[in-house]
Amino acid sequence: MTFPASAADDRVATPGKAPLSPDVAAIELRHIEKRFGPTIANRDVSITIRRGAVTGIIGENGAGKSTLMSILYGFYQADAGEILVGGQPLDIRTTHDAIAAGIGMVHQHFVLVDTFTVLENIMLGREGGRLLRRGKAAARRELLRLEAEYGLGIDPDALVGDLPVGAQQRVEILKALYRGAEILILDEPTGVLTPQETDQLFRILATLRARGTTIILITHKLREVMAITDEVYVMRGGAIVAHRPTKETNSQELAELMVGRKVRLKLEKKPATPGAVQLEAKNLGLKDERGVACLSNINLTLRAGEIVGIAGVSGNGQSELLEVLAGIRAPSSGGFVVRDRNITPETACDPALMRELGVAHIPEDRHRLGLVTRFSAAESAMLGYQHEAGYRKGWLLDNRAIKASCDRLMEQFDVRPRIADLRSANFSGGNQQKLIIARELARHPKVLLVGQPTRGVDIGAIEFIHSQLIAHRDAGCAILVVSVELDEVMSLADRILVICGGRITGEVSAADADERELGLMMANARRGDDDAVPGMADTNMPDLKQSQATI
Amino acid sequence: MSSKNVTLPRWVDIAAIPLTNVFLAFLVAGVIVLAIGENPLNATQILVSGALGSGEGIGYTLYYTTNYIFTGLAVAFAFHAGLFNIGGEGQAYLGGLGVGLVLLAFDHSLPFAVLLPLCILASMLFGALWVLIPAYLQAYRGSHIVITTIMFNFLASALMVYLVVNVLTPVGATEPATRDFDPASAIPFVHEVLGAVGIQMDSTPLNLSILLALAACVFVWLYLWHTPWGYELRAFGHSEKAAVYAGVKTKRIILVTLCISGALAGLVGVNEIMGVQHRLILNFTAGYGFAGIAVALMGRNHPVGIVLASLLFGILSQGGAELSFEIPAITRDMTTVIQGLIILFSGALVHLTRPWFERLFAFLLQRRPAAATQGA
Repeated sequence: MTFPASAADDRVATPGKAPLSPDVAAIELRHIEKRFGPTIANRDVSITIRRGAVTGIIGENGAGKSTLMSILYGFYQADAGEILVGGQPLDIRTTHDAIAAGIGMVHQHFVLVDTFTVLENIMLGREGGRLLRRGKAAARRELLRLEAEYGLGIDPDALVGDLPVGAQQRVEILKALYRGAEILILDEPTGVLTPQETDQLFRILATLRARGTTIILITHKLREVMAITDEVYVMRGGAIVAHRPTKETNSQELAELMVGRKVRLKLEKKPATPGAVQLEAKNLGLKDERGVACLSNINLTLRAGEIVGIAGVSGNGQSELLEVLAGIRAPSSGGFVVRDRNITPETACDPALMRELGVAHIPEDRHRLGLVTRFSAAESAMLGYQHEAGYRKGWLLDNRAIKASCDRLMEQFDVRPRIADLRSANFSGGNQQKLIIARELARHPKVLLVGQPTRGVDIGAIEFIHSQLIAHRDAGCAILVVSVELDEVMSLADRILVICGGRITGEVSAADADERELGLMMANARRGDDDAVPGMADTNMPDLKQSQATI
Repeated sequence: MSSKNVTLPRWVDIAAIPLTNVFLAFLVAGVIVLAIGENPLNATQILVSGALGSGEGIGYTLYYTTNYIFTGLAVAFAFHAGLFNIGGEGQAYLGGLGVGLVLLAFDHSLPFAVLLPLCILASMLFGALWVLIPAYLQAYRGSHIVITTIMFNFLASALMVYLVVNVLTPVGATEPATRDFDPASAIPFVHEVLGAVGIQMDSTPLNLSILLALAACVFVWLYLWHTPWGYELRAFGHSEKAAVYAGVKTKRIILVTLCISGALAGLVGVNEIMGVQHRLILNFTAGYGFAGIAVALMGRNHPVGIVLASLLFGILSQGGAELSFEIPAITRDMTTVIQGLIILFSGALVHLTRPWFERLFAFLLQRRPAAATQGA
């Protein structure tokens, strides 16, 4: 998904493009159809993107919005229908065609070379000749012009790897603008940003809109749609189910349109009744292979019957914290006590032992840790519990029992499709997550470690997952939730710890939590330091690059 | 691009594509035969009838097949754990040493019923031990198993030359080999067994070790797909992180997997030394260890596939020998060329024909009314 280098691509501006009157739609998609084998990904999709406006396209995973944008950006070709750019029918066969037509895309996963400077990244694929010197000078001039016009606040000579995530995203935007993009597609742009960085992005988008750039925002976050878009299209099952001016709709209506039924956006729960301490970390520290501290001096207490949330920008040690507590990595200093068992740097780390102690772990990275994508659902549904007697008949595995157990889990947690033999990879993200949660909750754990419980999960499933977690809390389970979604932490947790740079930088009870204050703590700025530019505190964010790769 | 999203039926994956690949390999080999001025159809006919046209041909074919099954299983077994054991050649060689040493020590003193399990265990033990050092280095030191097992092939070769020439060859012998073992210690030939029940068959090296090979297939199938340890092994092979998450002891998995893999390769020694040669000689492995890689590749790392691929390689070995005898212009090297082409087409170019099938099925499916209407 990189911008491929090509000689045919050397023009910065596209010659021969007619000047456009403002009332002509920037993009019009007419009756787009796309089919993958028997699956219809896009069904008779017709949308009109108004010039100089921000248009939101929302829908659950699998609703077909990514496919639609891939068609527009030249990754796929539609089976039927036509694309009009600036009123002219256009055959977009490759991404080059899309770029030439003034369409730019900012991907969810950035496509930047970490060891290159901003300037070098932006030139990549458009070096402008055999020797770099002249091309570089020209690129720098253009970049300074763009900077003056849009004020993105990016130093052309900074190494991309040193930039915080929010700034890297702006480099992506800059790259698209440099390529002459007048229409910008942003695919889930806020997933990796702090609330402050999100605000900053929205300010930039507002500037871009004011300068006439057309923006298409693909997202599933309703708050963002309400905050920034001018109009919104809702997709469900491959088709457009609604088109609304943003002013005339609200989150509740959009959520219902997306899911196709009534949903509760607000989580209802009783106050927690914390019981005995189940897990206690004391001065826990962790160094990575290079000896860099990922966690230092972590102290936390987890009691039965409460949910403790960890808020933080991803890459600040929360993944490592979960891995240490789950027994996957050994602490380097300090330790923790889980249900009267002391874990120190000297004790061998052993996830199997933690499971025996009644610790269940719903990992952040479900594709790499939570299940084996090439295993059948039934096989993935016993991952971690493969030695349990219930799965055995003598020395051999009892495949019938394994399948029956998977069927039960699928039934209880409404995993669809209910086919135990289907490869784990062929389930949607939400259903994979439900299967993992079903597996981990089935053993009625005393301690539950949850990483990103609803990342990439549809609204309908989020509702279900949250209510399950609350139900287990009420049944006396001690739950630790790590999430980059601040909303989620705030609505699920009874207490919130903020982590930044591998340290706990604050604790608030969920009742008093306010988003702005949490955001500042996540960027390690104290109350009153409102001038500090969050997200620029890059020295406090180790492993930022690494975390992006896994998001 | 759309064709990439077609899910092919299982039979295409496990039968049609491999067969097409083999067919293409033969097609290219035919062009080469044509280029050296021979008739490819004629050559194919000689090859097939040489391998399958007579009792003698079939016997030789199945004898070769036995060896390929052992080494193919060895490669496939390790491969399921994501480990590429290239050292089958050396492990098979050492397995033969194990058999030879047991027979040298006990062939006159112990009955066959005791010797047989003893020799099988010795071959497996020696094969396993020969991979233990590379396995340890992989598990605890991160030295890549491909490099170390290749090096251990050379070590095995040097060690065997030293042992056979300097230690085990009796004084006054004219060639480097141990003494002949007691005939009573030999695994019965199939033609002897059939002869005993009144069925005549030409004398061939095929012996009852082939039953051991089939038993090994069943073992591998049971272990990999029907035991918790096989489950852990495959989980480790697909995703090391998921295996760690699941509490799998990864270092132990590497050691155990490679030792079983080495033990499977070591079983070649039973077929060769106890079944055919009846003495320990040099170079009896004759490349079976390396061919095992191709067999596993071709057999999709599944025991059933490996039996079929071994049969194909057995046919090639026997038919190729026959071919070079009938048409001297086509040397035995031609067999190696065909094997190489099969490896090329079913290994390196395994995805060459896949898009053709995908396009074909996309075309067929589009003509049918679409059943499902889910999003992408």
